[in-house]
Amino acid sequence: MPRHVIARAEDLPPGTRKLVHVAGRDIVILNIKGELFALSNKCPHKGGSLARGKLTGLVLSAEPGTYQYSRAGEMLRCPWHGWEFDVRTGRSWCDPDRLRLMNYRVSVEPGAAVAAGPYVAETFAVTVEDAYVVVETR
Amino acid sequence: MNLDAPFVAEPRHESAADPERQPKARLQIIDGDVHPALRTPADLKPYLSQRWWEHFQTWGGRRRSGMSYEPYPKSQPRASRRDAWPAEGGAPGSSLRLMREQYLDAYGIEYGILGPLGLTGQSEFNLDFAGALASAVNDWQRESFSVPEPRLKSAIVVPYDDGEAAAREIDKRADDPAFAQVFMLTRSQEPAGRKRYWPIYAAAERHGLPVGMHVFGASGHPYTGAGWPSYYIEESSGHSTSCQTVVTSLVMEGVFERFPKLKVVIIEGGFGWLPALTWRLDKLFERMRSEVPHLKRRPSEYIREHIWLTTQPMEEPKDPRQLLDVMEWIGWDRLLFASDYPHWDFDDPFRAFPAALSRERLQQILTGNGKAVYRLA
Repeated sequence: MPRHVIARAEDLPPGTRKLVHVAGRDIVILNIKGELFALSNKCPHKGGSLARGKLTGLVLSAEPGTYQYSRAGEMLRCPWHGWEFDVRTGRSWCDPDRLRLMNYRVSVEPGAAVAAGPYVAETFAVTVEDAYVVVETR
Repeated sequence: MNLDAPFVAEPRHESAADPERQPKARLQIIDGDVHPALRTPADLKPYLSQRWWEHFQTWGGRRRSGMSYEPYPKSQPRASRRDAWPAEGGAPGSSLRLMREQYLDAYGIEYGILGPLGLTGQSEFNLDFAGALASAVNDWQRESFSVPEPRLKSAIVVPYDDGEAAAREIDKRADDPAFAQVFMLTRSQEPAGRKRYWPIYAAAERHGLPVGMHVFGASGHPYTGAGWPSYYIEESSGHSTSCQTVVTSLVMEGVFERFPKLKVVIIEGGFGWLPALTWRLDKLFERMRSEVPHLKRRPSEYIREHIWLTTQPMEEPKDPRQLLDVMEWIGWDRLLFASDYPHWDFDDPFRAFPAALSRERLQQILTGNGKAVYRLA
């Protein structure tokens, strides 16, 4: 399970995102209200870059004339054709089994732990005082 | 304007640069639907007389009430890919720099056929102003896109509800190699085959230019035969019915009898509907021929000979063989690739088509058919 250091935690505050290239993959890291998500960047429908997608809520309806709005900011909508993906599972709403994003483990680790390894931090000078965003590739 | 997409790092490489695409990139792609945009309406000022610029400043445009120029947000802001906003500002489609980087160069586009929408004079009620705007848009396309970037061919935008003025605009541009097609919209004031539009077809035929019929048009006619629907999803699917009106009217009015060399390209309406429409027209023709005695052949024959269709937005059936059946029926020489760049329902030339499509067929759709239809001098 290679673990990659991709940012200083303070450089990825809530409401921001970052597109990174690790282990041959493009991965979009999202900080949604302090919670981190890491998903493959390429839309499995036709290849749009999800790093450019809008975060929306999930609107559902039990019957015509009613609606329930939930999961504010947890659906990532492709910037091209608008396919909706659940950031928690990577699955698309309309075809969840066939069209899904890879979903990576991502966490914030203290600099001391990162410095101790075993992490891949090619582009970062790690200091023990800082915290780092770490994504795990399978 | 893209306020809700916060900080995004520049992609390390855009999807178009995927290694899997490189061999295919040698296909020289012709794209039948690329949308240039004004940065601001003032971009047209150099090409409008003072009389019409002041008119625009004082009176604005007049369309059916509520029919706006601005498709905002329409699925995505300005109905555009969210990654197509130029860093230097302006709307998607307004930056030749980004269009080159993100699309023309990235995909190896040989020619992109422009189709301006919005403030173009089409659907204006004041027909003299419509003519002035259309002509200004043609100058603007030429100077802003086709002259600096010869891969981009301009469309002769015509104020189609004034057939004579439209024909004059075609005559004025026809010898200019910057222009590759005549450009109309599918929701015109009357069905496209009516005689008021015949001067346009006469001029197009005279100059060997295809007439592109792009979906939309703010004539005021609803998207459906029963008025205005509630949802954008209904508008989007409803474009195919306006295309069916175009095809049916052109055939039934005898346009292809009168203009036997006329080429018509249906743009952005999909194509899956064409076989069913053609079957129905042939069946009815056998029963009702005497009502339209000016037709010498079956509707299917006129359609097969005179109608081309761009592929975007592609139908996407779960079983791709069904799509290939439809394409086979329409004719491999009748389908033209189009991307609709920079709009949100963009088709990627390397991902839009079923994998089962042979390289030879793909090449025909991406390249060969466009060379046969458009004037690409």
